[in-house]
Amino acid sequence: MKFMLLIQQGTTPTPQDPDAWAQLSEEDQKAVYADYQAINETPGVTPGVRMQPPETATTVRVRDGQTLTTDGPFVEMKEALGGYLFFEADDLDAAIELASRIPAARMGGAIEVRPVVEW
Amino acid sequence: MVATLEQVFREEWGRVLAFLVGFLGDLDLAEEAAQDAFAIAAARWPRDGTPTNPGAWLMTTARNRAINRIRRDHTLIAKTRLLEVSEATEDTMNETTFPDERLELVFTCCHPALATDAQVALTLRTLGGLTTGEIARAFLVGEPTMAQRLVRAKRKIKAAGIPFRVPPDHLLPDRLAAVLAVVYLIFNEGYGGRGELAADALRLGRALAELMPDEPEVYGLLALMLLHDSRREARYRGGELVLLDEQDRSLWDRVQIDEGRVVLDRALALHGRGVGGVYVLQAAIASLHADEPRDWQEIAALYGELARLTGSPVVELNRAIAVAEEQGPAAGLALVERLPLEDFHYLHSTRGELLRRVGRTAEARTAYHHALALVHDDAERRLLERRLAELPR
Repeated sequence: MKFMLLIQQGTTPTPQDPDAWAQLSEEDQKAVYADYQAINETPGVTPGVRMQPPETATTVRVRDGQTLTTDGPFVEMKEALGGYLFFEADDLDAAIELASRIPAARMGGAIEVRPVVEW
Repeated sequence: MVATLEQVFREEWGRVLAFLVGFLGDLDLAEEAAQDAFAIAAARWPRDGTPTNPGAWLMTTARNRAINRIRRDHTLIAKTRLLEVSEATEDTMNETTFPDERLELVFTCCHPALATDAQVALTLRTLGGLTTGEIARAFLVGEPTMAQRLVRAKRKIKAAGIPFRVPPDHLLPDRLAAVLAVVYLIFNEGYGGRGELAADALRLGRALAELMPDEPEVYGLLALMLLHDSRREARYRGGELVLLDEQDRSLWDRVQIDEGRVVLDRALALHGRGVGGVYVLQAAIASLHADEPRDWQEIAALYGELARLTGSPVVELNRAIAVAEEQGPAAGLALVERLPLEDFHYLHSTRGELLRRVGRTAEARTAYHHALALVHDDAERRLLERRLAELPR
């Protein structure tokens, strides 16, 4: 079955926030890149596209026929989606194992595992 | 006859259902098929006699009913594992023909992706053979609420791909801990007065011990439950809670204590020279509590091990009580004063008791009042009120 893994950055430092990123040792930074690469190369994984940080988001609503736009993500900044990927796996346990290897899961964020509807 | 039939049903339900889940790959279909088979049995057995192998009879009948049901509804075939099975309609009335998949089922029901209350309800429904109504009454919620909880949990198992299997070795310790926690939670719900739940938990514990004969913690939990449950009759006197020290020991179930100790020895033997896990340690403590006089030094040492293992201040509180018995109330009090358990009524009642023993009556009174403000259970409240009334003026 197919899962979508939604990466919630939370307080995870990313290169998009250079100050926070600089707090990590060079070793840790390398580990983050290496881990994401390993995740993306895992059989069954379809990597998502890389997203610009949530600060660049625009949220669009239509009310009474009027299009309203606001600056920023729909949810709180630190709850905004940081990335995603798809994973074809036998069961939830496999998806949980993959999710636990995503750096954001251990660095202040969390991964939401959602089964994808298949026909 | 009716009673025996009910007994057979409850004993066979888990095994039959687990086999059907493995066979059909779907919990709802399996439950329907099992219910069909049990309904047929309820109609036929009183008339024709109970078959020599009721479990095999039920599994064969349920399997055949499921196949017929699916034949009627071809769209379901795609959703089942039936295609892998060749013409499986022969009646083979032997239990060994059917794989025992209760373990797979219990690990599905206690998967950490399910909420704890859902894990508990599912385990009681599937392995325990309780009806939705019985579970609802046991947990003091309405039947529609419980039915909803079960439906939602089953939907999640299916939609989220929670596997039907015994977890691989690297996941087993965590997952087994989750299963044992569910069984212990059910037991503790029963310990608070609803005795049937404790009996259900014991039944589940025995089944797990039978299915996982190499896991010391499984035996540890069973031993712990047997030893605690052996004091059931002595724990209440006319609806009033009686603490261990004041219990009428002639009311203790000696047979059950002996059984608990045999199971505990089994767990310790499996553990080799290691200290033991949380259940083995607690069972060892419960076993020591059944002795008179009690070996408080050993009890305190085991609580120390348990505290190291769990990091729990509640365990530390229990150690303090043992230390107070061994070395005197002042030593126990010194430990109690350090614990970050301001909101826990046992901290204050223990403090009250130890303060009373060292003669600091006024402070003891304050501590008991503090405990009273935090307690919820009526029997415990009355106990505290009695303690307070017994304090010297």
